[in-house]
Amino acid sequence: MAKLESNFKNMFLSLFTICLVVAALLAQANKMTAKPIAEAKAMKLVNAIREVVPPFDNDPVAEAYKMPDGQGDSLTVYPAKKGDEIVGFAVNSSSNNGFGGNIQIMVGFDTENKIVNYSVLQHSETPGLGSKMTQWFKDTTKPNQSIIGRDLSTGQLKVSKDGGNVDAITASTITSRAFLEAVNKAYTVYKESDADSGATNKEEKGESK
Amino acid sequence: MSNNLKVLINGLIKENPIFVLLLGMCPTLATTSSALNGMSMGLATMFVLVCSNIVISLIKNLIPDKVRIPAFIVVIATFVTLVQMMMNAYVPALADSLGIFIPLIVVNCIVLGRAEAFASKNGVLSSFFDGLGIGLGFTVALTLLGAIRELLGTGKIFSMTIFPENFGALLFVLAPGAFIALGYMIAIFNKLQKKTN
Repeated sequence: MAKLESNFKNMFLSLFTICLVVAALLAQANKMTAKPIAEAKAMKLVNAIREVVPPFDNDPVAEAYKMPDGQGDSLTVYPAKKGDEIVGFAVNSSSNNGFGGNIQIMVGFDTENKIVNYSVLQHSETPGLGSKMTQWFKDTTKPNQSIIGRDLSTGQLKVSKDGGNVDAITASTITSRAFLEAVNKAYTVYKESDADSGATNKEEKGESK
Repeated sequence: MSNNLKVLINGLIKENPIFVLLLGMCPTLATTSSALNGMSMGLATMFVLVCSNIVISLIKNLIPDKVRIPAFIVVIATFVTLVQMMMNAYVPALADSLGIFIPLIVVNCIVLGRAEAFASKNGVLSSFFDGLGIGLGFTVALTLLGAIRELLGTGKIFSMTIFPENFGALLFVLAPGAFIALGYMIAIFNKLQKKTN
């Protein structure tokens, strides 16, 4: 077949047909992949929650609610329940002060002000330096470095350079500060939602005030 | 067949997109922080390249010359979008780590370059082999570069520890390391090619 001549009709028809076919194809593909993509996203969220709070049997995503963080923003709280009793809260917190911008983390608390675990959802920190935060603050063999099990009712977490008692990631103090800022923000929100839910027993509340 | 083999080898070595043509440097430097990332980027590009080469060589006579570039870009963009949807659906972790560079395959000059220089002038079968050859050349180069950077930077290849991480030079995981490693690789490749000639 000879090549089509470059006149207006041919150009119009050729491009129009190509775009039409392509649009139909992509619409079909989008329909097919929409569900797996949504599932993968939901899975990621549930896994992050599962990782940071004690075992639960409710659906924290369905029961999630927003709480103001006292700084003009609000964070999402995922309550984890076993039976009807609250066993912990996962708080989706963030900081904009990372070395590479925004850091999104999920922090889990039990009902006694202690951090159960955390998970970094999204960050753009330097690979090999700031990106170590995904593991760094979990190392329970190094008590000065790990934030697992820390009780925040005794005060906010700070890196040791700022007079706190958390060892910052080597050569990544800015990342560490931003990370702890997000954790502290999560705690503020947790504190309020915990008080609302009434899960904390009374003497605990008296102490922490 | 021997002609097709020649086309394949041509893409892999003689016209290797990275070492010889120096095309597609942006994804090359940015995504090769580990061997796995480099390889996935290479494979994704290879898929787009092979598919777009086939389709363009099939419809080349239906596209008037004056609108060939927009027509090629639409075809290429379609396959890139397909790859992106598939990756988001079935390998979300990988899609996260490659990020913006998957959609950016659309503007990778290798893909459009092959469509313009080869697929629009040749038959389906040899276009397929050309896409495969260039794609393989790109994948091999990216995997090698990723492996070297991962090894020198973190002491691992494909996340398998070769030597302790403490001895790694972080520089190689960061951007300057990409330039240094790529420069040396091109030098070695040129030297080897001169010898065989």
